[in-house]
Amino acid sequence: MSPLQLCLAFSSLLFAVGLTGALARSNSILVLLGLELMLTAGSVNFIAFWRFGPPASPATGVVFAIFAIAVAAAETAVGLALVIAVYRHQRNIRLPEANRLKG
Amino acid sequence: MRLLATTDSSLLERAPVLLRDALSGLLPPPARWTANALIEIVAILAVFGTLFAFLTLAERKILGRVQNRPGPNRTGWFGLLQPFADGIKMLTKEDIVPHAADPVLHYLAPVALIAFSLLTFSVIPYGRDLLAVRMDASVLFFFAAGSATELSVFMAGWSSHNKYSLFAAMRALAQLISYELPLLLSVVPVVLAAGTLSTAGVVAAQSGWKWGLVPHWHVFTPWGAAGFAIFMVSALAESNRSPFDLPEAESELIAGHLTEYSGFKYALFFMAEYFGMCALSGMAVTLFLGGWQAPLPALEFVPSYAWFALKLLALIAGFMWVRATLPRLRIDQLTRLAWKFLVPLALINLGTAAFWSLTYPWGGSLQLLRWAVALALVMGPFLLLGRRLSAGLGARTYRYA
Amino acid sequence: MNTVLVILALATLGTAAVAMSLRNLLHSVLLLTATWAGVAAFYLWAGAEFVAFAQLLVYVGAISMAVLFAVLLTRHSRDDVAAPPAARSRGVYAAAAGAAVAGVLLAAVSLAPLATAPARAPAVSVRQLGGELMGAHAASLLAVAVLLTVALVGAVVLAAGGPPEKPGDTP
Repeated sequence: MSPLQLCLAFSSLLFAVGLTGALARSNSILVLLGLELMLTAGSVNFIAFWRFGPPASPATGVVFAIFAIAVAAAETAVGLALVIAVYRHQRNIRLPEANRLKG
Repeated sequence: MRLLATTDSSLLERAPVLLRDALSGLLPPPARWTANALIEIVAILAVFGTLFAFLTLAERKILGRVQNRPGPNRTGWFGLLQPFADGIKMLTKEDIVPHAADPVLHYLAPVALIAFSLLTFSVIPYGRDLLAVRMDASVLFFFAAGSATELSVFMAGWSSHNKYSLFAAMRALAQLISYELPLLLSVVPVVLAAGTLSTAGVVAAQSGWKWGLVPHWHVFTPWGAAGFAIFMVSALAESNRSPFDLPEAESELIAGHLTEYSGFKYALFFMAEYFGMCALSGMAVTLFLGGWQAPLPALEFVPSYAWFALKLLALIAGFMWVRATLPRLRIDQLTRLAWKFLVPLALINLGTAAFWSLTYPWGGSLQLLRWAVALALVMGPFLLLGRRLSAGLGARTYRYA
Repeated sequence: MNTVLVILALATLGTAAVAMSLRNLLHSVLLLTATWAGVAAFYLWAGAEFVAFAQLLVYVGAISMAVLFAVLLTRHSRDDVAAPPAARSRGVYAAAAGAAVAGVLLAAVSLAPLATAPARAPAVSVRQLGGELMGAHAASLLAVAVLLTVALVGAVVLAAGGPPEKPGDTP
């Protein structure tokens, strides 16, 4: 396999692991971390295509990866705030129990 | 300028590099790169290991002097052998792991801590030619590696299964997240002014003298002085030193995250604290105090690494002086200082630095205006925010006492 | 060169998979930190130095600490960090979905006619990157800045909002 295909396989598997984790676990923090893993797999792809893909503008892939990291940070901040809000509401952070629209 | 050309190639200046090349020259060429790297690692370990040993002694002596007592003076001449006695004691002590502790994390915490704090030494330029790793983004690397050490403090505190250690872990997280921000924000103006993220580039940007007298160090500009002050205060907090040593506040938390550590693991924590202090001081020297540059053109004959060592020791002495003088903060005062005082000041300082570099071509009387505006931008917010900060710090009323 | 990549990828995927299946939440978070560090190592291997250090600074230095803080804030007792296992069927369905997605993606990757690799990494210095960020991508930079600000303010409002707790309510 060429390096590009190896990198893409790596990111696909990382995405799949994140997806499995996000679907399988009921703890909201772990679900959030699974989403983070899927996002990381996305930025791995940006770097893989930047390095091994057809030549484009030299910095585009790197710029995209940086933006992806910034967006991931924002996502975590909001996600953790939601987790804490849910915890204050129902005294635990298990997602299956967070099924009420009304407090 | 002529003086610079002659001293540039002085034997003493190049001695460390020549010694390294002579040693690695004994090996066949393919192995030389690895040998050079190994020699540099060994040199850094040896220098800072020895420095650590004698800094502990110096700290105890200075603290003793400030508190009007002699300090250690029995082991060897003036207590000079004390660090070695301490080392033997630490090594031969029993290593106790609490039964309820998380064994893997309890073991991993000191190892990770010392590994990451050693990584930061690789990008500091110790002299004209003394820089272990040349990288384009070495300033970023320094803070990335440094931020990983905070995780190990948390690991230590949580894995000990001790309520005081857990408090320490929470405090360490809150404190280190809070002070990471002003620390990084105070560095951004330097990067802006120097136009580079590499430590060697930052030092090169501070070379030369104004009127052959005042060095072009960043600390001699209004934003540089403010940035240096913010950096040093945050560095005190990041290296868990007094008055910000809340995670290990012995009067309230026994020893915080160190409570359940003994023997050599404890020594590793102790070592990492001093390494962190040395690395942050070295970074402060590099970013604000001109790195290895001499303060006067006439003093250039002194080797560059001697200047670096001198500045480093001066900053560390400042750390010890602060520890001996200031009382410890409360946790709410600590976070308030970071979020309501240091972070806004650092952000305003970024604006000041941008103004300073935009007005670089101003000459003559406009130069006076430039200084006046920059000083006003530094001092005004400092006074205003400082008044708000100390507003709530009057005499406390104890309701239940 | 490929061996380094395979070892890195296997180590990263291994830590991620173990982290996602551990019972102890804190162990999961700490192992995921290792995963993120592994991804940073991948960036370093690919020659994207700046992104690698940014990843380390943001994920290992900031996100992991925030997550750990959230874990400590949302538990009743010390042993509460052990997340109870979800229903068996849920895990099976999740694994099936993950395997299906991985299969589709891997098939697409191995069948797609991808261009061959250039011999050397595109050289991009930090200065060049800064120019690019402030020049061609200035609008997106501004958008990301607005997004970060809004996210931060929103997070503070979400986490700090709500009525004050009753004294007897705390566990």
